[in-house]
Amino acid sequence: MSQTTGTVAAGGAHVAHAAHHEEPGFWRTYVFSTDHKVIGIQYAVTGLLFLFFGFSLMMLMRYQLAYPGTAFPLLGKILGDSRMPGGIMLPDFYNELGAMHGTIMVFLGVVPLAVGGFGNFVLPLQIGAPDMAFPRINMASYQCFFLGGVTMLASFFVPGGAAQSGWTSYAPLSVIASQGQTFWLIGMIFLITSSLLGAVNFITTTIQLRAKGLTFMRFPFFVWAQFVTSFLLLLAFPPLEAAGIMQLMDRVAGTSFFLPSGLVVSGQALTNAGGGNPLLWQHLFWFLAHPEVYVLILPAFGIVAEIIANNTRKPLWGYKPMVYSLGFLGFMSFVVWAHHMFMTGMGTAMAAFFQTTTMIISIPSVVILTALILSLWGGSIRYNTPMLFALGFLPMFGIGGLTGLPLGLNVSDIPLHDTYYVIAHFHYVVAPGTIFGLFAGIYYWYPKATGRKMNETLGKIHFWGSLICMNVIFMPMFKLGLAGVSRRLFDGGASYAFAAPVLHLNVVSSWGAWIMALFQLPFIINFFWSIRHGQKVGDNPWEATTIEWSAPSPPPHGNFLAPPQAYRGPYEYSVPGAAKGFQPQFEA
Amino acid sequence: MEIPYTVEVRRDTGLTNGKIGIWLFLASEVMLFGALFASYILIRTGMPVWPRGDTILNVPLATFNTIVLISSSVTMVMAWASLKRNRFGTFRVYLGSTVLLGGVFLLVKYFEYSHKFENGLFPRTSNFLALYFTLTGLHMLHVIGGMAVNAYLWGPGAKLWKTNPEWFTNRVENSGLFWHFVDLVWIFLFPTLYLL
Repeated sequence: MSQTTGTVAAGGAHVAHAAHHEEPGFWRTYVFSTDHKVIGIQYAVTGLLFLFFGFSLMMLMRYQLAYPGTAFPLLGKILGDSRMPGGIMLPDFYNELGAMHGTIMVFLGVVPLAVGGFGNFVLPLQIGAPDMAFPRINMASYQCFFLGGVTMLASFFVPGGAAQSGWTSYAPLSVIASQGQTFWLIGMIFLITSSLLGAVNFITTTIQLRAKGLTFMRFPFFVWAQFVTSFLLLLAFPPLEAAGIMQLMDRVAGTSFFLPSGLVVSGQALTNAGGGNPLLWQHLFWFLAHPEVYVLILPAFGIVAEIIANNTRKPLWGYKPMVYSLGFLGFMSFVVWAHHMFMTGMGTAMAAFFQTTTMIISIPSVVILTALILSLWGGSIRYNTPMLFALGFLPMFGIGGLTGLPLGLNVSDIPLHDTYYVIAHFHYVVAPGTIFGLFAGIYYWYPKATGRKMNETLGKIHFWGSLICMNVIFMPMFKLGLAGVSRRLFDGGASYAFAAPVLHLNVVSSWGAWIMALFQLPFIINFFWSIRHGQKVGDNPWEATTIEWSAPSPPPHGNFLAPPQAYRGPYEYSVPGAAKGFQPQFEA
Repeated sequence: MEIPYTVEVRRDTGLTNGKIGIWLFLASEVMLFGALFASYILIRTGMPVWPRGDTILNVPLATFNTIVLISSSVTMVMAWASLKRNRFGTFRVYLGSTVLLGGVFLLVKYFEYSHKFENGLFPRTSNFLALYFTLTGLHMLHVIGGMAVNAYLWGPGAKLWKTNPEWFTNRVENSGLFWHFVDLVWIFLFPTLYLL
């Protein structure tokens, strides 16, 4: 048989093969799926579960901070004597909660939801692709993430409990910590592998699989945001992997990468060779973790930009400067990391360099935020739930960003660095900032994933409750921080006399957190109830212009009924003289 | 459903998906080893004394291994070139040699490692040895990974040649790019650890 007929026969067999597999079984459809939409939903749901779990850890911590040393017998019974004997929290357990809250929120909650969830589900649809470029690698990425999550959760049950050295795992404390830290490191290696596989996939998909006519400057802003984010994940995570490998060597093989000479632990001199450099860990960690901050925020920028353009019925104000700012931001995020380390006693020359780059990187962030705010100008705004969350994002991220400026300057950072001011600052960026952006995205793309809208009333209760509670939680922390209360204290500052006048704010924060948990209930109910009972909608319920709205809701395997084509830029709303109020990218 | 541009190139980028994917992966690998080399510099400059590599490590063996790896890169290219010339038999010989040369490298490394262990030299002994074992260990994992992919392409993966020769050739090329990278890492590791 000649080569040609062989190929034809193989092609025919392939068609038959595809027809035979019209209805893949349960496992292939929902668990081991290679469909980007299913993987996106897997990521999003797992991410939401981890967000809820991480939030629960924090609610426990808030109890200890508001009422330090008070017994909570019920919790004592549930969590056992090794953690809360008689209901009084042990310091080690508090440390576990703190380290795991940060780790879970950042690496298992927000990033999987923002990049794994929204990136996987929305990006291929928005560029008119049938799937990701490497569907099986995509599946492997989710599986690695899942294994990483399981490893992190398992670490709560090993002797000595989970990691206790903060989400930053600073050496040398982390090197001499209990077994949980080894699990943390192994879990991180899984998560890094997962994000590497994802990042390669996103970049390749964006470059190769965009629809005909969809040039780079016709990308929706969300695609740009994911594109830059993927580069950050691709290039910033490997140094943490290197650091993780070295810390693992320190813990398992007894090396001294991060252990200086002459360490004495509990009155005993360590037998390690010594000569290592604890600051090396900090450099490698923050070399990842500062770009990671932008990994947290850029997808939210993208989501908010989509929703603002759609609900103001106007093009984005300054699309091109926003895109250029995004690229510049991504580049600069690699040269600011040591502003997290002003307290390490670095020289003034180093500090001057890093505070200068930090001030420079604030410019593109401000450009993007300003462009988003100016996009509202003169719009006839539709106040639906996604738009409310997007609007809430703007001032909340603004507060978070602007309060970061004093932390970027060496001189003002030193008195503020170890206080609650820092906690307030970055939580404003990530919690009412990024997470509001993510909620906005869930309400916005839910109709695409299910064919039904989420309930507006429940959504508005969720928004207003969360907005108020977020501020009740975090605004007092600015005051605590400015009063000098350290963020590293297990009793929330009760042992320091100078903190006494502001300690009541801890109680305010805590009640804010617990009440906010209640305001998440409407969201959880809405999320599940709307799958079957939400208002049925067509393919383009928001009258949007980007390509994902030309696919059926929910999109079938392969996404589009016919290969889509882009005829114009992404946000042609209210074009003067046009026949319609909006000109979709995908309509000729 | 077919993913476009797995075999044919996209006209405006001139690339297949796999080609972009492997280069992105290599970029992240550069960052991984880059971070380790940077750590080497920081740790070395922080130490009052640092041994010269040839006082502890076996330079002739490592030189031999360098030649082995470079040869394996040559056979890798020849394997790909054979496919381009439609000579499947020669391809198998060259790719097989690449895998075998990788095996020789690992064997030599095994003797080096066990010799160190016999003399009581472990990662914990000194920071020099810690770096040596970590860097070469991670590099060996990459060698094993590359050998596994090449062995797959030599054996079961070669079936693709019959149905889609162009795709198969691309796969060999991408695997080769990774193999050359692994080779290149060794070319940096050898002087850094053994000679400086």
